[in-house]
Amino acid sequence: MSKQYKLIRCRINGKEREAMIDVRASLTDLLRNDFRLTSVKKGCEVGECGACNVLINGECFNSCIYLAIWADGKDILTLEGLEGPDGELSDIQQAFIDEAAVQCGFCTPGAIMSAVEILNEGRELSDEEIRIRMSGHLCRCTGYENIFRAVKKTMLARLAAAEKNK
Amino acid sequence: MYAGQSVKRVDAFDKVTGRTKYTDDLCDRKAYIARVLHSTIANGKVLRIDTSEAEKVPGVVKIVTCFDLKEKHYYPTAGHPWSTDPSHQDVADRLMLTERVRFYGDDIAAVVAEDEVAAAQALHLIRVDYEEYPFVLDVQKAMEDGAPQLHEAYPNNILKHTQIRLGDYEKAIQEPGLIKVEGWYETPVVQHCHIENFICYAEMEGNRITVVSSTQIPHIVRRVVGQALGIEWGRVRIVKPYLGGGFGNKQDILYEPLCAWLSMLTGGHLVKLDVPREETFVCTRTRHSIRNHIISWVRPDGTYAARKLEAFSDQGAYASHGHSICAKGAGAFPQLYPCKNVEVDAYTVFTNKSVAGAMRGYGIPQAMWAVESHTEDVVAALGDDPLAFRRRNLMPKGYVDGFSKNELYEDSFNQCLDKAMAAIDYERKYKEYQNQTGDVRRGIGMAVFWYNTAVWPISLESSSCRMVLNQDGSFQLQVAETEIGQGADTAFAQMAADVVGVPLEKVHVVSCQDTDITPFGTGAYASRQTYVAGFSIRQTGLLLKERILDYAHELTRMPVFNLDIKNGNIVRITDGRVLMSLGELATQALYSLSDSRHITAESTYQIKSNAYSFGCTIAEVEVDIPMCKTKLLNVVNCHDAGKLINPALAEAQVHGGMSMGIGFGLSEKLIYDEKTGRPLNNNLLDYKLSTFLDHPRLMAEFVQNPEPTSAFGTKSLGEPPACSVAPAIRNAIYHATGVGVNNAPADAHNLFRAFTQAGLIHDER
Repeated sequence: MSKQYKLIRCRINGKEREAMIDVRASLTDLLRNDFRLTSVKKGCEVGECGACNVLINGECFNSCIYLAIWADGKDILTLEGLEGPDGELSDIQQAFIDEAAVQCGFCTPGAIMSAVEILNEGRELSDEEIRIRMSGHLCRCTGYENIFRAVKKTMLARLAAAEKNK
Repeated sequence: MYAGQSVKRVDAFDKVTGRTKYTDDLCDRKAYIARVLHSTIANGKVLRIDTSEAEKVPGVVKIVTCFDLKEKHYYPTAGHPWSTDPSHQDVADRLMLTERVRFYGDDIAAVVAEDEVAAAQALHLIRVDYEEYPFVLDVQKAMEDGAPQLHEAYPNNILKHTQIRLGDYEKAIQEPGLIKVEGWYETPVVQHCHIENFICYAEMEGNRITVVSSTQIPHIVRRVVGQALGIEWGRVRIVKPYLGGGFGNKQDILYEPLCAWLSMLTGGHLVKLDVPREETFVCTRTRHSIRNHIISWVRPDGTYAARKLEAFSDQGAYASHGHSICAKGAGAFPQLYPCKNVEVDAYTVFTNKSVAGAMRGYGIPQAMWAVESHTEDVVAALGDDPLAFRRRNLMPKGYVDGFSKNELYEDSFNQCLDKAMAAIDYERKYKEYQNQTGDVRRGIGMAVFWYNTAVWPISLESSSCRMVLNQDGSFQLQVAETEIGQGADTAFAQMAADVVGVPLEKVHVVSCQDTDITPFGTGAYASRQTYVAGFSIRQTGLLLKERILDYAHELTRMPVFNLDIKNGNIVRITDGRVLMSLGELATQALYSLSDSRHITAESTYQIKSNAYSFGCTIAEVEVDIPMCKTKLLNVVNCHDAGKLINPALAEAQVHGGMSMGIGFGLSEKLIYDEKTGRPLNNNLLDYKLSTFLDHPRLMAEFVQNPEPTSAFGTKSLGEPPACSVAPAIRNAIYHATGVGVNNAPADAHNLFRAFTQAGLIHDER
């Protein structure tokens, strides 16, 4: 197949963006190559490991098997978009640090993005539900234990805060 | 004191914000893309390679085949320190590209193209003619006369055979009343599955070649790239950024020499070689599959009279780390349960499979699978109790190994067992789960291990450290022990802050390593990092402190023996007064018009000691017999790894090792097609790495007996957590069902076979 290019417009981490893209490119390629959002990691490129997960209109996807052209008109959030304007960490990022849920760090960005999707639902998930929802991520360093703790802790903290503000 | 505190990782902030740069993140986009063409036969010879169609693909820059390799520099790939004694050097049996292919996946050609798509298209268009030879996949069949031979220099494919002989086995087994227990125990080929695949890129600067690589061992890679290219080692520069995991796979020279060569062949252009997951499984390294045969002669009082082990280790097609893995496991056999009469024969044998190398545990997980499964069989044959038998026979306090001089200083095994049993409520559950019937049964089982720390006295142990003082009183810390995800940098910062006497944030660990800059050292392996770096950090820290206090003497006129550095200040010991900050001193020292000094310290410490690390696993399972399914309900590891520098990171390290052990015990195996030698499940969907759903809560316990030989009381912890998990699960299944699954993993496939054989289920086909 010869090269074909298409202009797409989307929101990435809150900013309106345009890019001419090779229609064969994955969203991972677009984010890593065109916008240098290198938190989006390549671990398998066939949707098996979850290292490339990003939120698209609030829903978590393997960006490696999501064509870049499909991103046209979408709202995309990568790990880089979680920090506050002055570089302050979000609660889930801080929890990953505090719970020692980070080791080599390669699966971390994708895992945090799945956690964000879960946490944004604003409801209490059972331990089993958290495990199911996080099971698209492969990690060889942590045994998932501290990632689980970080997600659960943040979920409970958000629910407690929401309860207080009622 | 920072040592002993669970401070946060020094690299955590960057890792949770996506700032951390791994190899691919650093590579400039102008890079050419290299892809490797692999053999599609398991054994044979490449006769012709037709690249004419592939050359026509737009964007192809160069195609290099095995026939273009005119100067054949065979090189070793094991990440071992070089030995100046030729008899101790690793086997040099690799070429960057080879005509003589020995496994399905061997490297025969490479494409360099302007982008990934062109490289992939060209790869598909290359035509290869082979002369096919018969191949052999089974380790013992490969030893038979008449089996296909992989390497001329190794008759019967035996890379190495070593023996241990203690006492007189033949005589000892004549003792009347002995009970003979015999079994075969086998572990499969598994793979490291670091989430970052292997990747490197290379380019030339002047007449030197720089390779940026996801490696655990930059200084060793430098040497081997020099050897493989036949150029002076000083012309090679290796840079190691952050790594997305290694687990031993990256303790091997992988594609760095080829990538460097491809750059040299394209005028020094930047060339990136990013290995896809499917190729990482097959063409990098795997864990040795080891088949063990154990015979024990046991007295009715539950003690060993004589024991025998034969271990057959499947090396795959090339030597890599070779026999050292099987030898390490075999060496554990007479030590774990000391016995006066022991025979051990360990063989490492070439087969036409992927190349086996180092992987977390380095032979001990395979050995513990065999030894601890067998221990359970012995206990059953005696009608003994698993705990009582182990307490009676395990390596006792005061045991000294004559070779390594390692000593069991405390009653570590019993302490670990006690703590693990309490955590999992072992005794109650053990009684409760006895003599169950029905389709779904529960069981609880245990296994133990020991593990060395570092490689002395088999090989060189040396660590170098550099500290460079800044104007503000902070300093850079460099060691050649590499951060690969385990948290080494954080532990090093804690140690250095304590020795020099500064706040933790004043220590800047230089994590990215560069062989042009980083002091010499051999890298991350053998669970050596905190132990060996501890010596050079303490020694160098004391040297830096001496130089700082010497200058403080000039500035304050106080005698050095009355001065100290505390919390980043120069303090007068006699009254505790802060005389000046380290920042003031450093600034004055640098810019002084009378005596300007750049205060730095660098030193090498050669380590001539080693230390045993100990531990155990207890696992609780529920087995659905008709479904041939095991659910892990609870699992605990307890370790004596000496004094912990950072308990939270140590706990996290144990979780990861346990996870790898769970996969080893329950689900992981790389399968090869018997008819073609082709790997069948080399992807993360078909290769069953354990996931979030396959784990219960992982419990990590510690017994902290400070290691007396160590600079900071530490000893190995990196690999130990993966050593005893799988056999504990196997023994729990045994407890539940009375069936010993001797071939790992205890997945449905192997359980079906074992349960059918035992008559628990009936094959109705």
